[in-house]
Amino acid sequence: MTPTLFGRIQTRLVMLGTVGVVWTLLIGLVVPRPLGATPGDIYEALFTALLIVAVVGIVWELIYHALQQYRWEKDWPTVLGLVVAIPEGIVAWWCLQNEIPWSVGPLQASTFLTMFITLWILVWAITNGPLQIFFLRWRYRGGRFIGGWG
Amino acid sequence: MSHGDISDQLVATSVWSDQQLADHGIPVYDVPFVSVGGGIGSFSMVDTLRIAGSTTDQIRVVSDLKRPAQTYEYLASNSQIRNHHRLRSDSSSMIDCIWGWPGYALREAWAKKQPSHALQVLVEPVGADYYTPQAGQVYASVNREAARIGWDHMVTPGVVRHVRRRDRGDYFVLYTPPEGTAATRRVAFRCRYVHLAVGYPGVRFLPDLMKYRQQYNDYQRVVNAYEPHDHVYAEMRQRPCTVVVRGAGIVASRVLQRLIDDREDHGAQTTIIHLFRTYVSGPQGTKATFRRPGKKGWAYQGFNFPKASWGGQLRDQLESLEGDERREFIDSIGGTNTAPRKSWRDQLDRGEAEGFYVQARGVVHSVVPAPDSRQIRTVVAGPNGLPNTQYDADFIIDATGLEANIEEHRVINDLLRHVGAQKNVKGRLDVERDFHVRGVDNGDGRIYASGSMTLGGYYAGVDSFLGLQYAAMRIHDNLAASGFGKRIGPGRSTSQWWKWARNVAI
Repeated sequence: MTPTLFGRIQTRLVMLGTVGVVWTLLIGLVVPRPLGATPGDIYEALFTALLIVAVVGIVWELIYHALQQYRWEKDWPTVLGLVVAIPEGIVAWWCLQNEIPWSVGPLQASTFLTMFITLWILVWAITNGPLQIFFLRWRYRGGRFIGGWG
Repeated sequence: MSHGDISDQLVATSVWSDQQLADHGIPVYDVPFVSVGGGIGSFSMVDTLRIAGSTTDQIRVVSDLKRPAQTYEYLASNSQIRNHHRLRSDSSSMIDCIWGWPGYALREAWAKKQPSHALQVLVEPVGADYYTPQAGQVYASVNREAARIGWDHMVTPGVVRHVRRRDRGDYFVLYTPPEGTAATRRVAFRCRYVHLAVGYPGVRFLPDLMKYRQQYNDYQRVVNAYEPHDHVYAEMRQRPCTVVVRGAGIVASRVLQRLIDDREDHGAQTTIIHLFRTYVSGPQGTKATFRRPGKKGWAYQGFNFPKASWGGQLRDQLESLEGDERREFIDSIGGTNTAPRKSWRDQLDRGEAEGFYVQARGVVHSVVPAPDSRQIRTVVAGPNGLPNTQYDADFIIDATGLEANIEEHRVINDLLRHVGAQKNVKGRLDVERDFHVRGVDNGDGRIYASGSMTLGGYYAGVDSFLGLQYAAMRIHDNLAASGFGKRIGPGRSTSQWWKWARNVAI
């Protein structure tokens, strides 16, 4: 991929706002529920995690964009899109544990990891190709849905 | 003037009328859109338009080619890229698929049941060289897509002579049909939209080599990599020879690979003198954020421009530049460079260690027959007053590349002289950001251009699969805004991709 800064941010928000929401709804049905927790509790925790990945992700994108400047091709290799899941996952988990932005009650690490890893791979796989089926100009626009054309 | 032909007077008249063509007896056919060229530039344009819902009746492609990839295949094959060799093109730059997915890598992995290709595209360029498709795979996919969109129904065999304004709006595209196929010597289309994708007018030769060839009538031993020159390799397999290779681009890389493959696989005893005019000894560029890798003479990047030129921040940057700044920026991200393939670098390292690959640098002073032998002597001027160096060789291969001088192309030259087109900062055809040729509008009529002819405009990678598709998409958007074809939005894009994936004719 050859994202621009705004393209990175837009793609992240659009993907998490669509695929992310649907996937979180689905995954909430299958993850084990702690004793006494309602489905609402689980969804609150999972959607908070989603929100963290989206919002903190904007900061991450600034960092990635800065790193990209040191690449001659000004590209973002496919494999990096997977590797960065590790620091992002750690930070998101840290936020949840420290009640940022709010407390979500007890959340098992396995539940978070199930949601985070599956969603990451899904979004990564879709943005590395199939997204272009729906949005033909997206790759030319450096990942933007708005702007950068015409 | 014979009936059905043009006259000097008509050629000298910049704007034509229906009556003038009728007076000349030239038949005129109406069609909204005509693409001039018939190569992969025309193909990518027409593919996009057909996906956008334009019918085969609305489009004509004037071409003297049998297949859209024919010229490409010819040039690639001459430069030693045969069907099983790999092009310098990205997996998702699929000339037969405007969506770019699934890419050539996934398709090859699937077809051959070899997951390694998919793995390569996953880890490129960090953990492996860039995946690049086999030429044969690309050609087969173009033929398949051409059949799907009814290409043959849109092709009108012929050679275009003139594109001229019509006095009441629109244009005439006047062409010469193959002999015996039409009642008149010339035929014309009357159309609203013209698309020019004429490629390179010819092979460029280094001036000193051209001079040698003409002066000594030697076209067999001094050859250009883009012309047929297999006899050179054949002879080098027969007897020990010395060859001078000139150039440091992708074609030079491939020629060197061929020469060394022949040594390693077929016992050739060839000695290679590789002559660089500009020797890149290290990374190019003074800023850490703008530094191209370079080593041992070569400037390295995956493709002919950095990847983000096709659709990232470098595309944005170039779109914002004008004049000299634009030219300088294009030169700084383009110029002579090659792909850093490990196998190539290893071969050259082996050659250097074993002494059969020798690098030389300098500006050629002259090329003359070597005295007392059948060899050719290349005299290279020593830098800063140092003595000249001489290299005697049995063959010289000019791999410095194709260069387009747009005035050598008849139709483009005519467009500059009679229709009002201008040259851009790199001396090629001046187009807008959406590939609309500047200064040639006629009423509602517009002329567009894509491909190598437009280098120097607001997009760098014009001479590539993805660049041709990008141009086609921009042109399509411009046309759709005028009501020609339906704008390909998410719905149409998805439904059309599904048809493409199942190879359903449209």
